[in-house]
Amino acid sequence: MTVNSEQSPQLQETKANFNPNLKGRYRFDRVFKTISWIATFAGIVVLTVLLIGILVSGLSSLSFDFIVNPPSRKPEIAGIWPPLIGTICLLVITALFAFPVGVGSGIFLEEFSEDNLFAKAVEINISNLAAVPSIIYGLLGLFVFARIFEPVTGGRSLLSGGLTLALLILPVIIVATREALRAVPDSLRLAGMALGATRWQTVRSHVLPQALPGIMTGTILALSRAIGETAPLIVVGAATFVPFAPELSIKGLQSSFTAMPIQIFSWVSRPQDGFHEIAAGAIIVLMLVLLVMNGSAIWLRNKFQSNR
Amino acid sequence: MQSQTSQSSPVVDTERVFHVQNTDYYYGSNLAVRGVNLEIPGNKITAFIGPSGCGKSTALRCFNRLNDLIPSAHIKGRITYRGVDIYDKQVDPIELRRRIGMVFQKPNPFPKSIYDNIAFGARINGYQGDMDELIERSLKASALWDEVKDKLQNSGLSISGGQQQRLCIARAIAIEPEVILMDEPCSALDPISTLKIEELMHELKENYTIIIVTHNMQQASRVSDKTAFFNAEATEKGGKVGYLVEYDDTQKIFSDPQQEQTRDYVSGRFG
Ligand SMILES: Nc1ncnc2c1ncn2[C@@H]1O[C@H](COP(=O)(O)OP(=O)(O)O)[C@@H](O)[C@H]1O
Ligand SMILES: [Mg+2]
Repeated sequence: MTVNSEQSPQLQETKANFNPNLKGRYRFDRVFKTISWIATFAGIVVLTVLLIGILVSGLSSLSFDFIVNPPSRKPEIAGIWPPLIGTICLLVITALFAFPVGVGSGIFLEEFSEDNLFAKAVEINISNLAAVPSIIYGLLGLFVFARIFEPVTGGRSLLSGGLTLALLILPVIIVATREALRAVPDSLRLAGMALGATRWQTVRSHVLPQALPGIMTGTILALSRAIGETAPLIVVGAATFVPFAPELSIKGLQSSFTAMPIQIFSWVSRPQDGFHEIAAGAIIVLMLVLLVMNGSAIWLRNKFQSNR
Repeated sequence: MQSQTSQSSPVVDTERVFHVQNTDYYYGSNLAVRGVNLEIPGNKITAFIGPSGCGKSTALRCFNRLNDLIPSAHIKGRITYRGVDIYDKQVDPIELRRRIGMVFQKPNPFPKSIYDNIAFGARINGYQGDMDELIERSLKASALWDEVKDKLQNSGLSISGGQQQRLCIARAIAIEPEVILMDEPCSALDPISTLKIEELMHELKENYTIIIVTHNMQQASRVSDKTAFFNAEATEKGGKVGYLVEYDDTQKIFSDPQQEQTRDYVSGRFG
């Protein structure tokens, strides 16, 4: 390696050991940029086509009456009030059970349990549960909630449906919670413990607030999955024709129910075109519900983040 | 050795605060440091020096049993704090850690306001007095008050690294410990911040016993009264095990060490 003492206005390669090959590297950059752009674009195109299709066929059926009317045998006067309320109730029940239980187990497994065989077995089981087909959860829900706990749940009821969905998304929330907790640097735990805090005090005051945005994101994704689930609800016994929205009471929880995806499914499978149009309308409403849900969760998450 | 109860209040005591007797430090079945014998005097600054991986941090973290958080970590031997065996079943590590504070290598303030950073430790330990007054006192004691008094509600992460480290010291002394353990507290800081912390340590030793791990030999010679030199040697199994080579007055270690290894190390010939 020789040092070139010659003064030169340009950056010239003076050492033979390096071949920066800038041109080639920039070309690679461009290629990857193009590939990722195409990937993004493909996704957007598919989504847009879907959205436009739905909007074109469904927008005309959207009206106030469509929202607040019960389903009917005639597509012109059919509405989605009972399944809409059913879906919202299911979501609330699901979140109410799955969030505390899921986050609680996540915290236990990540922060408190010792790294022994039992913990490893639980961990593997939870990961496997996340991959179990949803219809299996439906069967489990049917057996456990609708049959064994019938006196409490009222059989094939809203509560049974919500609990089944909660079970379904529990593994996802647990895994998301653990991932979020794992991303919190250990230095915070050490700092807390070194001040004479107990483990729970440290987790509660410092670790959990840091992990909360990640936990919320996981929960939102899980709930979004739950809102679109059809199979387990059919197994647990959602009815396809429910003329009344469930009452907001214990009795309402124990009453039979239907949900948006089931209503949509039942309408698309009919031969008349009129039902296909209102099915598209129902899909738009379902997407709006999702949008509102995700939006408020993101808002909540940002609120937590800006509070630091 | 006379036994005292763990309820002794922070008294000005130049007698030994810690007594490490024949202690081996393990991670699982791995011996990390062997056979340490050491007496830490009160209201003095004791420095741990030595090459990386010789077990200085391990030895330090056992004084407040922070190593308990590493499931595989355990010791064989006896470490007493004012006569009480800190690994005794009767000793609650949570209570021990209030008395023996710690400052870490990388400043690690909580992602909360400067105020809450200090208030947290006080609250969880059931502080009864005036919180505002405690915050001011702690920040003054850590020479940070003038720089942050107008922005106590700002995030602890919004100040410079050197200020963050002093905040961590303020947080540690707010709960009135008797000992402060410092694991390379300046290694992530610039020279001016380092100097400030060193000055601060000189003031703190009036009221506290300080044990500091440092990579910087000038720092050890500048700030400490006693110096312990650790080294590591290879084992047959291919690992390495740390041990205490020499422990004496700092001035003696740096001017007239008894061991060849120490002489080589402090003169910069290895490490
Ligand atoms: N959490 C741990 N688990 C297992 N071994 C560890 C752990 N921390 C440190 N050790 C081992 O203990 C020895 C001493 O490490 P450490 O105390 O960090 O040294 P130092 O602070 O002097 O650099 C090293 O050999 C290291 O591999
Ligand atoms: Mg270290």
